[in-house]
Amino acid sequence: MPDLKSVNELVLRFANVNGSGSASANSLVGKSFFRMGLPVGPKNIFPSNIQGLPTWYEIRVSEKGYTGRRGSVDVMVAMNSQTFQQDVADLVPGGYLLYDSTKPLNPHGRRDDINYIGIPLTQIAVSKYEQARHRQLFKNVIYAGALSALLDIEFDVLCDLLGEQFRGRDKIIESNIDALQTGYDYAKRYYDCPLPVRVERRELVGDRILVDGNSAVGLGAVYAGATVAGWYPITPSTSVIDAYTKYASKLRTDETSGRKLFGIAQAEDELAAIGMVIGANWNGARAFTATSGPGISLMSEFLGLAYYAEIPVVLVDVQRCGPSTGMPTRTQQSDLMACAYASHGDSRHVLLLPATPDECFEFSMLSFDLAERLQTPVILVSDLDLGMNDSVSKPMTVAPDYVWDRGKVADYEMLENGFEFYRYLDIDEDGIPYRTYPGTHPTKGAFFTRGSGHNKYGGYTEKGPEYKENMERLLGKFSTAATLVPEPVIEDKGRPDAVLYFGTTLEPMVEAIDELNQQGYSLDQIRLRGFPFSEEVWAFINRHDRVLVVEQNRDAQMRSMLMIEGDIDPARLISVTQYDGMPVTAEFLVTAITGHLSDDPAVSQRLSA
Amino acid sequence: MSYAKPKVAHPAIAKNELGYTRRDYEGSISTLCAGCGHDSISAALIQACYELDLPPHQVAKISGIGCSSKTPTYFLGASHGFNSVHGRMPSVVTGANIANKDLVYVGVSGDGDTASIGFGQFSHIVRRRLNMLYMVENNGVYGLTKGQFSATADFGSASKGGVPNPYDQIDLIQMALQLGATYVARGFSGDKKQLVPLIKGALSHPGFALIDCISPCVTFNNHEGSTRSYEYVREHDVPVVTADYVPYAKTIKVDYEPGTGTSVKMHDGSMLNLHKLEEDYDPYDRKKAINYLLDCQEQGKIATGMLYVNPDVTDFHDILETVEEPLSSLSYDRLNPGADALESINASFR
Ligand SMILES: Cc1ncc(C[n+]2csc(CCOP(=O)(O)OP(=O)(O)O)c2C)c(N)n1
Ligand code: SF4
Ligand SMILES: [Mg+2]
Repeated sequence: MPDLKSVNELVLRFANVNGSGSASANSLVGKSFFRMGLPVGPKNIFPSNIQGLPTWYEIRVSEKGYTGRRGSVDVMVAMNSQTFQQDVADLVPGGYLLYDSTKPLNPHGRRDDINYIGIPLTQIAVSKYEQARHRQLFKNVIYAGALSALLDIEFDVLCDLLGEQFRGRDKIIESNIDALQTGYDYAKRYYDCPLPVRVERRELVGDRILVDGNSAVGLGAVYAGATVAGWYPITPSTSVIDAYTKYASKLRTDETSGRKLFGIAQAEDELAAIGMVIGANWNGARAFTATSGPGISLMSEFLGLAYYAEIPVVLVDVQRCGPSTGMPTRTQQSDLMACAYASHGDSRHVLLLPATPDECFEFSMLSFDLAERLQTPVILVSDLDLGMNDSVSKPMTVAPDYVWDRGKVADYEMLENGFEFYRYLDIDEDGIPYRTYPGTHPTKGAFFTRGSGHNKYGGYTEKGPEYKENMERLLGKFSTAATLVPEPVIEDKGRPDAVLYFGTTLEPMVEAIDELNQQGYSLDQIRLRGFPFSEEVWAFINRHDRVLVVEQNRDAQMRSMLMIEGDIDPARLISVTQYDGMPVTAEFLVTAITGHLSDDPAVSQRLSA
Repeated sequence: MSYAKPKVAHPAIAKNELGYTRRDYEGSISTLCAGCGHDSISAALIQACYELDLPPHQVAKISGIGCSSKTPTYFLGASHGFNSVHGRMPSVVTGANIANKDLVYVGVSGDGDTASIGFGQFSHIVRRRLNMLYMVENNGVYGLTKGQFSATADFGSASKGGVPNPYDQIDLIQMALQLGATYVARGFSGDKKQLVPLIKGALSHPGFALIDCISPCVTFNNHEGSTRSYEYVREHDVPVVTADYVPYAKTIKVDYEPGTGTSVKMHDGSMLNLHKLEEDYDPYDRKKAINYLLDCQEQGKIATGMLYVNPDVTDFHDILETVEEPLSSLSYDRLNPGADALESINASFR
């Protein structure tokens, strides 16, 4: 039996059937590590289904701070007979399998190199509880209790969390703690506790929070002063609107009248959702919507209108595995081009690419400022992994001197004082014209918004030169946008090769880079955070011989965008893609990157020199 | 926002209560075909707004795509207007209205824009009870794309010759009644005497108001053998310059008494049987209105007038429970929950 020993470095995976009530017990365990001061990375791997299909919950605990997926599993809680064989196979040699020993295990496929920990969960539950529902639910809590003993999770921490979750419902708290205790006692009695793979309290998380990206985006919209949301349900974006609804209801209800300082409309489809957002922004409110790939396709016609008629739009795209319905509960970064170049005609959009929940919050707020400053759609491109899984993150903060930027709006006073308003005139030479809100002034500032040809004065035109002049200005505005989107995060020590990545590749990349360093590979890094690409991005790429472009889609979309926008020699951009729907692992990155680098004689030579 | 009066006009020119002249409600010169019914509807809108003393800048005009949807340029030049995308006017008005409930919303659409590509959005805006005037300028064809059948086609089929439209027509009035609209009227572009009051009623109605306004297209219609049929035009089309096919046409006008019918000769010679509601017609009974419409349909008559009204209105903002002030007028101070609230939210994630 291989000897597996570790303190505060482990991957724990739960295999369950969805709809069995396992989610709350599993996340209880996940949060308990965090409460013990340990960095965690919980990932929910769930089916597009309500009941009966396999679902997994994987928790990475890492004292070193590696919270991305590592690959392979140390401790498996195998509660799903459908996937049992596969779950057993995923364990590392020396790993631990916790299973329900009510029925004897099928000896077929038994591994000699892992440890079996049988607990008769069903039997215990049946003898303890009358109702079928209780038997099912408490079975989950019983294994959580067993894990407390096996992994040395502080029992009090679990009790505290239950107390917070069911605050005021003492009976429920009591019965849950009782179930925990049952599991704990059983494990203590029959097994050597704790296992050699275990945890221990540390003070490593400080003021950090454990939160999902979608909550952060929804809350960001509240803090940005968004008052209107139009939306249509789609996984994995729905919880953005749920969060906005929850926080707005709590924080934005007028105390005296009880009425709301926001309006949310569930639309009949995504076309209507984006139409509402356009109408509301046109009318002077901050409005947004959230969707995923299929919704982006439906919104495309309207996005072209907003681009050309220059109406602010905030659109959150929580990407999932496409094309079509694809694997709707799996993650990908595959809507990049669909977002960047959404719509017909020559249109291009501003993208923000958050990688962590605090960036989700910050960029959510920023997207409203940029949309209004630039008078154009801004698409916050998140993904399922970031949006729906909890991550350890810096707290969400707003600068104390923050004021919203409503952009160039000619108000009543300006118009009254002789400001000469023409809707599409570039008076500041940054490509951005002035707009007015409907209802501002009885005689001045009204204009007609249209998707058809218009000249710089806002008049209808079918004259080629006038049309072109306006389209050229829009290009100029896009250059302005490149100076306003968040700058990339760069580590440049003058090495010849670099990795370029964005979004949720961050966490596993941090780990992969450390591992690569240990193996003698040394790479500069750039993490993109916005589109259009800024001068800094081009300068970085041009300083390096070769740039490995890492992304979570099949077609290397980011690499294409770099080639399109920067006219970069394709040979210098080496594509590393991972797109099976699972969050990228450090293991994969190390293998893929070393594979590329050592293939190349020049690199091998440099490494050995 | 301001209600300041515009510059003084010549004293001899008639003004409304607010001091605006009719001129102040006009827009730029129409580029529609001469005699197009849509222009008569614009004129009726101008008159209605003038007579209602609406400050023009407090009106927002929003449309889809089509000849009809072009018309917001031709009335209320001092109002903001928005010519959006085909069939999606309802969603744009919805967003605009949520943002600012204080403006008056005039949505303009065509029968193609509403009954085909925009049918979904139409149904849902009725359900949402948005406070607006939804004007369908219904000519039974796709004017702007040169005369294909629309889903409301054949309101005159009883007397029309040629190949009948093989598809059942969509009656927007019946749809609206079913979906809970609280103000439902049918007008005819050529009957200003009837149309202006219908528009005034709709603009004053504090909820969703639909006017399905029959509005003949002088250039296209779909009868075999007609020189303006889609087939004919397609065969004889000189690309781009559709104007070649536009004969000078006079706007069709009618003037008849309540409770009577009138047959209107359309530009292509076909007849339209309009029937004006009886004076004792009860517009407050939804069930009766639906039956009445079905009876008319059987008799090949098109009922015009105020078909249904329910003054007891719930508006979308009542459903949303929004504050009194327009959301767009709220300052950041009122919208920002503050740093303490954020800190306690952070704490909830620890
Ligand atoms: C997405 C889309 N599809 C098709 C068109 C082409 N199109 C423009 S107007 C129109 C029909 C308009 O018919 P209707 O709404 O009845 O207006 P009318 O011109 O008859 O007043 C069509 C199909 C378009 N503009 N957009
Ligand atoms: S084509 Fe028909 S609907 Fe269009 S402007 Fe001419 S008459 Fe009016
Ligand atoms: Mg039409």
